[in-house]
Amino acid sequence: MALTTNTILICAGGGCISAGEESVKQAFERKLKEFGLDTVVKVVETGCMGACSLGPLAVIYPDGVYYQKLTPKAAEKIVEEHILKGRVVPEFLFEGEKEKLTLKEKPRGAEEIPFFARQVKIALRNVGIIDPMSIEEYIARDGYFALHKALTQMTPEEVIKEIKESGLRGRGGAGFPTGLKWELARQQQSDVKYMICNADEGDPGAFMDRSILEGDPHSIVEAMTIAGYAIGAKQGFVYVRAEYPLAIERLQKAIEDAHAYGFLGENIFGTDFSFDIEIRIGAGAFVCGEETALMHSIEGKRGQPRVKPPFPVQKGLWGKPTVINNVETLALVPPIILRGASWFRQFGTEKSPGTKVFALAGKIKNTGLVEVPMGITLRELLYEIGGGHPQGKQIKAVQTGGPSGGVIPAEYFDTPVDYESLGKLGAIMGSGGMIVLDEDDCMVDVAKFFLEFTVDESCGKCTPCREGTKVMYDILDKITKGEGTMEDIEKLEKLALVIKDSSLCGLGQTAPNPVLSTLKYYRHEYEAHVKDGVCPAKRCKAFISYVIDAEKCVGCTACARVCPTNAIHGEVRKVHEIDQDACVRCGSCIEVCRFGAISKVTPAVSSTVAK
Amino acid sequence: MAVCETHKELYKELDEFIEKVKDKPGILIAVLHKAQEIFGWLPQEVQEYIAEKLGLPVSEVHGVVTFYNFFATKPKGKNQIKICLGTACYVKGADRVMERFLEELGVQAEEVTPDGLFSVHPVRCLGACSMAPVVLVGEKDFYGKVTPDMVSKIIAAYRRGGRNE
Repeated sequence: MALTTNTILICAGGGCISAGEESVKQAFERKLKEFGLDTVVKVVETGCMGACSLGPLAVIYPDGVYYQKLTPKAAEKIVEEHILKGRVVPEFLFEGEKEKLTLKEKPRGAEEIPFFARQVKIALRNVGIIDPMSIEEYIARDGYFALHKALTQMTPEEVIKEIKESGLRGRGGAGFPTGLKWELARQQQSDVKYMICNADEGDPGAFMDRSILEGDPHSIVEAMTIAGYAIGAKQGFVYVRAEYPLAIERLQKAIEDAHAYGFLGENIFGTDFSFDIEIRIGAGAFVCGEETALMHSIEGKRGQPRVKPPFPVQKGLWGKPTVINNVETLALVPPIILRGASWFRQFGTEKSPGTKVFALAGKIKNTGLVEVPMGITLRELLYEIGGGHPQGKQIKAVQTGGPSGGVIPAEYFDTPVDYESLGKLGAIMGSGGMIVLDEDDCMVDVAKFFLEFTVDESCGKCTPCREGTKVMYDILDKITKGEGTMEDIEKLEKLALVIKDSSLCGLGQTAPNPVLSTLKYYRHEYEAHVKDGVCPAKRCKAFISYVIDAEKCVGCTACARVCPTNAIHGEVRKVHEIDQDACVRCGSCIEVCRFGAISKVTPAVSSTVAK
Repeated sequence: MAVCETHKELYKELDEFIEKVKDKPGILIAVLHKAQEIFGWLPQEVQEYIAEKLGLPVSEVHGVVTFYNFFATKPKGKNQIKICLGTACYVKGADRVMERFLEELGVQAEEVTPDGLFSVHPVRCLGACSMAPVVLVGEKDFYGKVTPDMVSKIIAAYRRGGRNE
């Protein structure tokens, strides 16, 4: 291996890839080669660095300088200036650094940048820092040390005791104590047991599991092997959704490399413990995130859930005792084993120890992945780390837990983020997706969006979920189209409670949550649709009209040209008007108007154009 | 559709895969993934073929195929335009991006354009929420922060042969 003078880490997470990471990487490599530096400067693609809205991102080591929003041109300049001459390139420095930086000052490292400084990275400890395709780099970061410790210095019971004492709870959303689950499986008498990693990350808005699998696949291999040892399983399965091809590829490579090093397979570390892992790929069914459905899918069947009990730890995959843990939960296991339960407990709260990864998305400045100690308030999370609204508008609410969760209005933003506190508000921790909503988001429309999702993803096995969610969706659709009545709102609420109580699995039991929580906090918005013919957020087409402000319109004709239905009339340099009967409310005109002359109004107005 | 006669080499590829994995329990879904990769979709003949090879009833194979969104029982366009309708993309206007694609191509969702070049598919969260709204063409070409205005340019690029042409 040649000695290197610099290492360029490029973030190859989903956000950066869609922002053009590939061409930036090529530009780096091309320019390095041009200067003959390609032998001494290493370019490494890492997992997600977290600050997705600023992508493509890169860090230059040994200096630890972060660059943001890179283009191929920027990459070339960084090679010419930073690598070759040792001068930072101020215009591409990470957010907030530029204005303060004088030429003599050293740019700040990650520990001084607010977005990173508030975070505690345990599950994401290697993501964005190592080359996920290199087992050596994982080992260099204490990788497989925990497995070695467990297999050579601890009994399975001691491993379980450590996890129990750490207070680790399932990060998939329900928060079941992980150590207890392992203990229950350990106690089962059976010749065959299975260890499953649930990587069927289906909640829209959550992408932490993807980031861990893509950015640090060995952490899952190591953790599953530790879990296999603890419960007495010889075979593990990772169930990954088909939408994540890169995660599958990297995990496969990690499994092969672990085999080659003797960390997986027969007689691991020379002990008599043997364990292997196989990847099973999902095929696009949200319900397969439910554990009994997931097991059916691994068995090659339709992924329909079944009644519990028996629980998977009793009768799981092919009828054998089975433990199913989520990706993020597993990623936390090796550090706990290596550093101890009390170390883990210094983070987080009494009942929710440790850290949680959140995916910030929607109307927030710093969209991306963050890992913070449990118990942090929503306000700290959204404003201090998330940077607040991108255009400085008021944040209205945050939606957590995807289609199973609920909304939390801004007045509750001082609530600490832990399993119990969020549950009390009618939302759930869920897998950690946080969608930030502002005044332009209609709560009835948000509820309808999630119901459409559950109607589509309901597996059809039990009637309350299959039929009930459809009826709920129809009522919501009626309300957003201006045909709703007050009785509809009551019926909706009643139906929601029935479905919650009578559905078979978690999908149906939680499907009404988006409706119940929006009704709880935003009933007035539902009533505004029904009683006043108004959509307060100006989102539902039936309640809005686009109008042109005669004072501001200069008659540039841009709107008339872009209108797909020719609903805008007016002569050049004269005030234009919109024919409300012909308008389909597509919003194209607002996008092209450079004078701010077009606005949305609610309730809808009738046509003012003389026929 | 006379898949059997004209696609012998495709069946051979499928056979080789089945041969490798057929002893693993519960392998049907993996075989269907491979078959779809080879054939582009899962015609009835292929489903029947797989059922016979794995010794399963055709009804079971068909039941699995129709249960999962990922498996297609109709052909898809050469360039599959996948529009993420996850929550983050939705609140950032993915529905309007979707409308524009359908309008420009003159098709319904899941329908193939007459020239066979495109089909538009609403899909579940692609996990690139920070770049919402996100469009994925094929398996690799990601487009982030897509606005309706960008739609015609994206389509034109693939009419010319691809993103980088």
